[in-house]
Amino acid sequence: MKDAASTADAGVLTEWLVKVGRDRDRQCFAALFQHYAPRLKTYLRKLGCDDALAEDVVQEAMLAVWRKAESFDPSKAAASTWIFTVARNLRVDRLRRETRIEFDPDDPLLVQDEPAGADDQLARRQSDDQLRQALHDLPGDQATVVEMSFYQECPHTEIADRLGIPLGTVKSRLRLAMSRLRSALGDDVR
Amino acid sequence: MSARFHPTDDLLLAYAAGSLDQAMSLLVASHLTLCPRCRAEVSRAEALGGALLDEQPPSGSLDHLLDALLCRLDDPEPIVTRPAPIARPGSILPRPLQQAVGGDLDGLRWKRLGQGLEQALVLQSGRSRARLYRIAPGLRIPEHGHDGTELTLVLQGGFSDVNGHYLPGDIATADEDVVHRPTADETVPCICLAVTDAPLRLTGLVGRLVSPFLNL
Ligand SMILES: [Zn+2]
Repeated sequence: MKDAASTADAGVLTEWLVKVGRDRDRQCFAALFQHYAPRLKTYLRKLGCDDALAEDVVQEAMLAVWRKAESFDPSKAAASTWIFTVARNLRVDRLRRETRIEFDPDDPLLVQDEPAGADDQLARRQSDDQLRQALHDLPGDQATVVEMSFYQECPHTEIADRLGIPLGTVKSRLRLAMSRLRSALGDDVR
Repeated sequence: MSARFHPTDDLLLAYAAGSLDQAMSLLVASHLTLCPRCRAEVSRAEALGGALLDEQPPSGSLDHLLDALLCRLDDPEPIVTRPAPIARPGSILPRPLQQAVGGDLDGLRWKRLGQGLEQALVLQSGRSRARLYRIAPGLRIPEHGHDGTELTLVLQGGFSDVNGHYLPGDIATADEDVVHRPTADETVPCICLAVTDAPLRLTGLVGRLVSPFLNL
Protein backbone atom coordinates (compact mmCIF):
# COMPACT_ATOMS: atom_id res chain seq x y z
CA MET A 1 0.00 0.00 0.00
CA LYS A 2 0.94 3.58 -0.49
CA ASP A 3 1.94 5.62 2.51
CA ALA A 4 -0.81 7.78 3.95
CA ALA A 5 1.13 11.03 3.64
CA SER A 6 1.28 10.87 -0.15
CA THR A 7 -2.15 9.40 -0.71
CA ALA A 8 -5.16 11.62 -0.74
CA ASP A 9 -8.80 10.89 -1.39
CA ALA A 10 -10.01 11.80 -4.88
CA GLY A 11 -12.72 14.02 -3.41
CA VAL A 12 -10.20 15.95 -1.31
CA LEU A 13 -7.92 16.49 -4.32
CA THR A 14 -10.82 17.84 -6.33
CA GLU A 15 -11.79 20.13 -3.45
CA TRP A 16 -8.24 21.50 -3.34
CA LEU A 17 -8.23 22.19 -7.04
CA VAL A 18 -11.57 24.02 -6.78
CA LYS A 19 -10.12 26.21 -4.01
CA VAL A 20 -7.05 26.97 -6.08
CA GLY A 21 -9.27 28.13 -8.94
CA ARG A 22 -11.87 29.96 -6.89
CA ASP A 23 -9.85 31.39 -3.98
CA ARG A 24 -6.31 31.34 -5.35
CA ASP A 25 -5.50 29.24 -2.29
CA ARG A 26 -1.74 28.70 -2.08
CA GLN A 27 -1.90 26.11 0.66
CA CYS A 28 -4.18 23.95 -1.42
CA PHE A 29 -1.88 24.47 -4.38
CA ALA A 30 1.10 23.31 -2.30
CA ALA A 31 -0.88 20.24 -1.20
CA LEU A 32 -1.80 19.44 -4.80
CA PHE A 33 1.83 19.87 -5.76
CA GLN A 34 2.93 17.43 -3.08
CA HIS A 35 0.51 14.83 -4.36
CA TYR A 36 0.84 15.30 -8.10
CA ALA A 37 4.34 16.58 -8.82
CA PRO A 38 6.10 13.32 -7.84
CA ARG A 39 3.53 11.30 -9.82
CA LEU A 40 3.83 13.54 -12.86
CA LYS A 41 7.56 13.06 -12.67
CA THR A 42 7.11 9.27 -12.72
CA TYR A 43 4.74 9.63 -15.69
CA LEU A 44 7.26 11.74 -17.62
CA ARG A 45 10.17 9.48 -16.75
CA LYS A 46 8.23 6.50 -18.10
CA LEU A 47 7.75 8.43 -21.32
CA GLY A 48 11.50 8.70 -21.64
CA CYS A 49 12.31 12.13 -20.18
CA ASP A 50 15.59 12.39 -18.33
CA ASP A 51 15.52 13.57 -14.75
CA ALA A 52 16.14 17.26 -15.40
CA LEU A 53 13.65 17.53 -18.26
CA ALA A 54 11.01 15.65 -16.28
CA GLU A 55 11.37 18.08 -13.37
CA ASP A 56 11.27 21.01 -15.73
CA VAL A 57 8.03 19.84 -17.34
CA VAL A 58 6.53 19.02 -13.92
CA GLN A 59 7.10 22.63 -12.82
CA GLU A 60 5.61 24.01 -16.03
CA ALA A 61 2.63 21.69 -15.70
CA MET A 62 1.97 22.71 -12.09
CA LEU A 63 2.31 26.38 -13.02
CA ALA A 64 -0.25 25.78 -15.76
CA VAL A 65 -2.49 24.10 -13.17
CA TRP A 66 -2.30 27.27 -11.05
CA ARG A 67 -3.06 29.52 -13.99
CA LYS A 68 -5.86 27.48 -15.52
CA ALA A 69 -7.49 26.20 -12.33
CA GLU A 70 -10.36 28.66 -12.73
CA SER A 71 -11.56 26.74 -15.75
CA PHE A 72 -11.68 23.46 -13.83
CA ASP A 73 -15.26 22.18 -13.57
CA PRO A 74 -15.70 19.43 -10.96
CA SER A 75 -18.94 18.27 -12.55
CA LYS A 76 -17.05 17.38 -15.72
CA ALA A 77 -13.83 15.78 -14.48
CA ALA A 78 -11.91 14.66 -11.42
CA ALA A 79 -8.83 16.67 -10.42
CA SER A 80 -6.60 13.80 -11.52
CA THR A 81 -8.20 13.73 -14.98
CA TRP A 82 -7.92 17.46 -15.45
CA ILE A 83 -4.30 17.57 -14.28
CA PHE A 84 -3.47 14.62 -16.50
CA THR A 85 -4.79 16.50 -19.55
CA VAL A 86 -2.87 19.67 -18.64
CA ALA A 87 0.36 17.68 -18.31
CA ARG A 88 -0.33 15.67 -21.46
CA ASN A 89 -0.83 18.81 -23.56
CA LEU A 90 2.28 20.40 -22.15
CA ARG A 91 4.27 17.27 -22.90
CA VAL A 92 3.13 17.26 -26.54
CA ASP A 93 4.04 20.94 -26.69
CA ARG A 94 7.44 20.71 -25.09
CA LEU A 95 8.70 17.29 -26.10
CA ARG A 96 7.35 17.01 -29.60
CA ARG A 97 7.29 20.74 -30.30
CA GLU A 98 3.79 20.38 -31.65
CA THR A 99 0.57 21.94 -30.54
CA ARG A 100 -1.99 19.47 -29.34
CA ILE A 101 -4.92 19.51 -31.75
CA GLU A 102 -8.27 19.66 -29.98
CA PHE A 103 -11.86 20.37 -30.92
CA ASP A 104 -13.22 23.79 -30.02
CA PRO A 105 -16.29 23.69 -27.76
CA ASP A 106 -17.39 27.02 -29.28
CA ASP A 107 -17.18 25.75 -32.85
CA PRO A 108 -20.42 26.63 -34.67
CA LEU A 109 -20.20 23.17 -36.27
CA LEU A 110 -20.17 21.41 -32.88
CA VAL A 111 -22.84 18.73 -32.78
CA GLN A 112 -24.34 19.03 -29.30
CA ASP A 113 -24.83 16.21 -26.86
CA GLU A 114 -28.30 14.92 -26.53
CA PRO A 115 -29.50 16.27 -23.19
CA ALA A 116 -28.21 13.46 -20.98
CA GLY A 117 -28.94 12.72 -17.33
CA ALA A 118 -27.89 15.00 -14.51
CA ASP A 119 -24.34 16.15 -15.08
CA ASP A 120 -23.64 16.86 -11.43
CA GLN A 121 -20.53 16.43 -9.40
CA LEU A 122 -21.86 13.54 -7.35
CA ALA A 123 -22.80 11.50 -10.42
CA ARG A 124 -19.45 12.27 -11.98
CA ARG A 125 -17.63 11.17 -8.83
CA GLN A 126 -19.59 7.93 -8.65
CA SER A 127 -18.78 7.05 -12.24
CA ASP A 128 -15.14 7.90 -11.56
CA ASP A 129 -15.11 5.46 -8.63
CA GLN A 130 -16.73 2.82 -10.81
CA LEU A 131 -14.15 3.44 -13.51
CA ARG A 132 -11.29 2.95 -11.06
CA GLN A 133 -12.86 -0.24 -9.76
CA ALA A 134 -13.40 -1.51 -13.30
CA LEU A 135 -9.80 -0.69 -14.14
CA HIS A 136 -8.67 -2.86 -11.23
CA ASP A 137 -10.94 -5.67 -12.33
CA LEU A 138 -9.58 -5.81 -15.88
CA PRO A 139 -7.85 -9.06 -16.82
CA GLY A 140 -4.08 -8.69 -16.58
CA ASP A 141 -3.30 -8.68 -20.30
CA GLN A 142 -5.89 -5.95 -20.96
CA ALA A 143 -4.77 -3.85 -17.99
CA THR A 144 -1.20 -4.03 -19.28
CA VAL A 145 -1.99 -2.66 -22.73
CA VAL A 146 -4.20 0.09 -21.28
CA GLU A 147 -1.48 1.16 -18.89
CA MET A 148 1.20 1.00 -21.59
CA SER A 149 -0.97 3.12 -23.90
CA PHE A 150 -0.51 6.04 -21.59
CA TYR A 151 3.19 5.54 -21.06
CA GLN A 152 4.58 4.94 -24.53
CA GLU A 153 5.30 7.64 -27.01
CA CYS A 154 4.21 5.54 -29.97
CA PRO A 155 2.01 3.16 -28.16
CA HIS A 156 0.46 0.50 -30.26
CA THR A 157 3.31 -0.63 -32.47
CA GLU A 158 5.75 -0.27 -29.59
CA ILE A 159 3.55 -2.18 -27.17
CA ALA A 160 3.35 -4.95 -29.75
CA ASP A 161 7.16 -5.03 -29.99
CA ARG A 162 7.70 -4.97 -26.27
CA LEU A 163 5.17 -7.69 -25.52
CA GLY A 164 6.10 -9.71 -28.59
CA ILE A 165 2.50 -9.90 -29.81
CA PRO A 166 0.95 -8.80 -33.12
CA LEU A 167 -0.31 -5.23 -33.46
CA GLY A 168 -3.80 -6.57 -34.10
CA THR A 169 -3.75 -8.30 -30.71
CA VAL A 170 -2.79 -5.04 -28.97
CA LYS A 171 -5.68 -3.27 -30.64
CA SER A 172 -8.20 -5.99 -29.90
CA ARG A 173 -7.14 -6.14 -26.23
CA LEU A 174 -7.59 -2.37 -26.00
CA ARG A 175 -11.02 -2.60 -27.57
CA LEU A 176 -11.99 -5.43 -25.21
CA ALA A 177 -10.78 -3.39 -22.26
CA MET A 178 -12.74 -0.33 -23.35
CA SER A 179 -15.96 -2.26 -23.89
CA ARG A 180 -15.54 -3.94 -20.50
CA LEU A 181 -15.14 -0.52 -18.87
CA ARG A 182 -18.16 0.72 -20.75
CA SER A 183 -20.37 -2.08 -19.54
CA ALA A 184 -19.00 -1.83 -15.99
CA LEU A 185 -20.22 1.78 -16.07
CA GLY A 186 -23.58 0.69 -17.41
CA ASP A 187 -23.17 2.71 -20.58
CA ASP A 188 -25.02 1.61 -23.65
CA VAL A 189 -22.87 0.78 -26.61
CA ARG A 190 -23.72 3.09 -29.44
CA MET B 1 -27.70 14.28 -37.18
CA SER B 2 -25.12 12.17 -35.43
CA ALA B 3 -22.23 10.17 -36.84
CA ARG B 4 -22.76 6.44 -37.25
CA PHE B 5 -19.20 5.36 -38.11
CA HIS B 6 -16.64 6.13 -35.42
CA PRO B 7 -12.89 5.74 -34.94
CA THR B 8 -11.99 2.50 -33.15
CA ASP B 9 -11.56 2.57 -29.37
CA ASP B 10 -7.82 2.05 -29.59
CA LEU B 11 -7.52 5.21 -31.70
CA LEU B 12 -9.62 7.26 -29.28
CA LEU B 13 -7.53 5.93 -26.41
CA ALA B 14 -4.30 6.89 -28.19
CA TYR B 15 -5.73 10.37 -28.79
CA ALA B 16 -6.57 10.73 -25.10
CA ALA B 17 -3.12 9.47 -24.14
CA GLY B 18 -1.51 12.11 -26.36
CA SER B 19 0.39 9.69 -28.55
CA LEU B 20 -1.17 10.22 -31.97
CA ASP B 21 0.75 12.18 -34.55
CA GLN B 22 -0.54 15.50 -35.87
CA ALA B 23 -2.31 14.10 -38.92
CA MET B 24 -4.27 11.48 -36.94
CA SER B 25 -4.98 13.99 -34.16
CA LEU B 26 -6.41 16.38 -36.74
CA LEU B 27 -8.77 13.71 -38.00
CA VAL B 28 -9.89 12.69 -34.51
CA ALA B 29 -10.36 16.29 -33.31
CA SER B 30 -12.42 17.08 -36.42
CA HIS B 31 -14.59 14.03 -35.80
CA LEU B 32 -15.01 14.97 -32.12
CA THR B 33 -16.46 18.31 -33.23
CA LEU B 34 -19.18 16.37 -35.01
CA CYS B 35 -19.64 13.45 -32.60
CA PRO B 36 -20.83 13.74 -28.98
CA ARG B 37 -20.56 9.96 -28.59
CA CYS B 38 -16.81 10.01 -29.19
CA ARG B 39 -16.33 13.12 -27.04
CA ALA B 40 -17.77 11.07 -24.18
CA GLU B 41 -15.45 8.17 -25.05
CA VAL B 42 -12.40 10.43 -25.03
CA SER B 43 -13.48 11.93 -21.69
CA ARG B 44 -13.68 8.44 -20.28
CA ALA B 45 -10.23 7.57 -21.62
CA GLU B 46 -8.89 10.77 -20.06
CA ALA B 47 -10.44 9.74 -16.76
CA LEU B 48 -8.47 6.51 -17.14
CA GLY B 49 -5.34 8.59 -17.66
CA GLY B 50 -6.15 10.47 -14.46
CA ALA B 51 -6.77 7.28 -12.50
CA LEU B 52 -3.47 5.85 -13.72
CA LEU B 53 -1.71 9.08 -12.77
CA ASP B 54 -3.04 8.84 -9.20
CA GLU B 55 -1.70 5.30 -9.01
CA GLN B 56 1.81 6.08 -10.15
CA PRO B 57 4.45 5.42 -7.52
CA PRO B 58 5.61 8.92 -6.54
CA SER B 59 9.21 9.80 -7.32
CA GLY B 60 11.13 11.22 -4.37
CA SER B 61 9.93 14.44 -2.78
CA LEU B 62 10.04 17.47 -5.03
CA ASP B 63 9.58 20.00 -2.23
CA HIS B 64 12.76 21.78 -3.31
CA LEU B 65 10.96 22.71 -6.55
CA LEU B 66 7.86 23.86 -4.71
CA ASP B 67 9.45 26.90 -3.04
CA ALA B 68 10.79 28.18 -6.34
CA LEU B 69 7.44 27.57 -7.97
CA LEU B 70 5.48 29.38 -5.24
CA CYS B 71 7.59 32.45 -5.98
CA ARG B 72 6.64 32.28 -9.66
CA LEU B 73 2.89 32.04 -9.16
CA ASP B 74 2.40 35.79 -9.47
CA ASP B 75 4.65 36.20 -12.50
CA PRO B 76 2.78 37.74 -15.41
CA GLU B 77 1.46 35.09 -17.76
CA PRO B 78 2.97 34.91 -21.20
CA ILE B 79 0.47 36.27 -23.68
CA VAL B 80 -0.86 33.54 -25.89
CA THR B 81 -2.56 34.85 -28.96
CA ARG B 82 -5.34 32.49 -29.86
CA PRO B 83 -5.76 32.34 -33.59
CA ALA B 84 -9.01 33.97 -34.57
CA PRO B 85 -11.47 31.98 -36.64
CA ILE B 86 -10.43 32.48 -40.20
CA ALA B 87 -13.06 30.76 -42.27
CA ARG B 88 -16.25 32.37 -43.42
CA PRO B 89 -19.41 31.68 -41.51
CA GLY B 90 -20.99 28.62 -43.03
CA SER B 91 -17.67 26.89 -43.61
CA ILE B 92 -17.90 23.10 -43.60
CA LEU B 93 -14.50 22.81 -41.91
CA PRO B 94 -14.40 22.15 -38.16
CA ARG B 95 -12.09 24.62 -36.35
CA PRO B 96 -9.13 22.25 -35.95
CA LEU B 97 -9.14 21.77 -39.70
CA GLN B 98 -9.56 25.50 -40.40
CA GLN B 99 -6.49 26.13 -38.30
CA ALA B 100 -4.47 23.42 -40.03
CA VAL B 101 -5.51 24.75 -43.43
CA GLY B 102 -5.03 28.37 -42.41
CA GLY B 103 -8.41 29.42 -43.75
CA ASP B 104 -10.99 27.78 -45.89
CA LEU B 105 -11.18 25.40 -48.83
CA ASP B 106 -10.52 28.01 -51.50
CA GLY B 107 -7.18 28.95 -49.92
CA LEU B 108 -5.79 25.47 -50.52
CA ARG B 109 -3.60 24.41 -53.40
CA TRP B 110 -5.80 21.85 -55.08
CA LYS B 111 -4.19 19.37 -57.37
CA ARG B 112 -6.29 17.75 -60.04
CA LEU B 113 -5.83 13.99 -60.02
CA GLY B 114 -8.21 13.17 -62.79
CA GLN B 115 -11.65 13.95 -64.04
CA GLY B 116 -13.68 15.05 -61.01
CA LEU B 117 -11.08 14.27 -58.38
CA GLU B 118 -8.97 16.88 -56.59
CA GLN B 119 -6.59 16.59 -53.66
CA ALA B 120 -4.91 19.09 -51.33
CA LEU B 121 -2.25 18.23 -48.78
CA VAL B 122 -3.13 19.64 -45.36
CA LEU B 123 -0.26 18.41 -43.25
CA GLN B 124 2.25 15.66 -42.91
CA SER B 125 3.84 14.28 -39.79
CA GLY B 126 6.33 11.45 -40.04
CA ARG B 127 4.85 8.90 -42.39
CA SER B 128 1.31 10.19 -41.94
CA ARG B 129 -0.42 12.49 -44.38
CA ALA B 130 -3.66 14.40 -44.00
CA ARG B 131 -5.27 15.37 -47.28
CA LEU B 132 -8.54 16.89 -48.33
CA TYR B 133 -10.35 15.39 -51.30
CA ARG B 134 -13.02 16.91 -53.47
CA ILE B 135 -14.90 14.30 -55.44
CA ALA B 136 -17.44 15.01 -58.15
CA PRO B 137 -20.96 13.65 -57.59
CA GLY B 138 -21.24 10.00 -58.57
CA LEU B 139 -17.51 9.50 -59.21
CA ARG B 140 -15.94 6.10 -58.56
CA ILE B 141 -12.45 6.30 -57.05
CA PRO B 142 -9.94 3.82 -58.51
CA GLU B 143 -9.86 0.57 -56.59
CA HIS B 144 -7.06 0.58 -54.06
CA GLY B 145 -5.65 -1.22 -51.05
CA HIS B 146 -3.52 0.00 -48.16
CA ASP B 147 -0.22 -0.92 -46.58
CA GLY B 148 -1.23 0.88 -43.42
CA THR B 149 -4.48 2.42 -42.33
CA GLU B 150 -6.56 4.97 -44.21
CA LEU B 151 -9.19 6.88 -42.27
CA THR B 152 -11.61 9.11 -44.13
CA LEU B 153 -13.86 11.68 -42.47
CA VAL B 154 -16.74 12.96 -44.56
CA LEU B 155 -17.30 16.72 -44.33
CA GLN B 156 -19.82 17.25 -47.11
CA GLY B 157 -21.84 14.94 -49.33
CA GLY B 158 -21.19 11.25 -48.85
CA PHE B 159 -19.75 8.09 -50.34
CA SER B 160 -20.22 4.35 -50.22
CA ASP B 161 -17.88 1.40 -50.24
CA VAL B 162 -18.20 -2.30 -49.43
CA ASN B 163 -18.56 -1.52 -45.74
CA GLY B 164 -21.27 1.08 -45.79
CA HIS B 165 -22.60 4.49 -46.72
CA TYR B 166 -20.78 7.39 -45.11
CA LEU B 167 -22.28 10.80 -44.42
CA PRO B 168 -20.88 13.98 -42.83
CA GLY B 169 -19.23 13.18 -39.48
CA ASP B 170 -18.70 9.52 -40.36
CA ILE B 171 -15.24 7.96 -40.46
CA ALA B 172 -14.50 5.15 -42.88
CA THR B 173 -11.67 2.91 -41.71
CA ALA B 174 -9.71 0.87 -44.23
CA ASP B 175 -6.68 -1.17 -43.25
CA GLU B 176 -4.39 -3.78 -44.77
CA ASP B 177 -7.09 -6.23 -45.67
CA VAL B 178 -9.49 -3.78 -47.28
CA VAL B 179 -9.42 -3.24 -51.01
CA HIS B 180 -12.16 -0.84 -51.85
CA ARG B 181 -13.55 1.30 -54.57
CA PRO B 182 -15.49 4.14 -52.95
CA THR B 183 -18.25 5.83 -54.93
CA ALA B 184 -19.36 9.38 -54.22
CA ASP B 185 -23.04 10.17 -53.71
CA GLU B 186 -24.89 11.69 -56.63
CA THR B 187 -26.11 14.83 -54.85
CA VAL B 188 -23.29 17.31 -54.12
CA PRO B 189 -19.50 17.10 -54.42
CA CYS B 190 -18.10 14.94 -51.64
CA ILE B 191 -15.47 16.64 -49.52
CA CYS B 192 -13.53 14.54 -47.06
CA LEU B 193 -10.38 14.48 -44.98
CA ALA B 194 -8.28 11.36 -45.43
CA VAL B 195 -5.36 10.36 -43.26
CA THR B 196 -2.97 7.60 -44.16
CA ASP B 197 -0.11 6.26 -42.08
CA ALA B 198 1.54 4.54 -45.05
CA PRO B 199 1.36 4.95 -48.82
CA LEU B 200 -1.70 3.63 -50.59
CA ARG B 201 -1.36 0.65 -52.85
CA LEU B 202 -3.38 0.84 -56.01
CA THR B 203 -4.85 -2.31 -57.41
CA GLY B 204 -6.76 -3.15 -60.54
CA LEU B 205 -6.20 -1.84 -64.01
CA VAL B 206 -7.58 1.63 -63.40
CA GLY B 207 -5.50 1.85 -60.23
CA ARG B 208 -2.30 1.04 -62.11
CA LEU B 209 -3.13 3.56 -64.78
CA VAL B 210 -3.92 6.32 -62.33
CA SER B 211 -1.21 5.51 -59.81
CA PRO B 212 1.58 7.62 -61.37
CA PHE B 213 -0.64 10.68 -61.17
CA LEU B 214 -2.06 10.11 -57.74
CA ASN B 215 1.33 10.39 -56.10
CA LEU B 216 0.01 8.63 -53.04
ZN1 LIG C 1 -17.76 9.24 -33.13
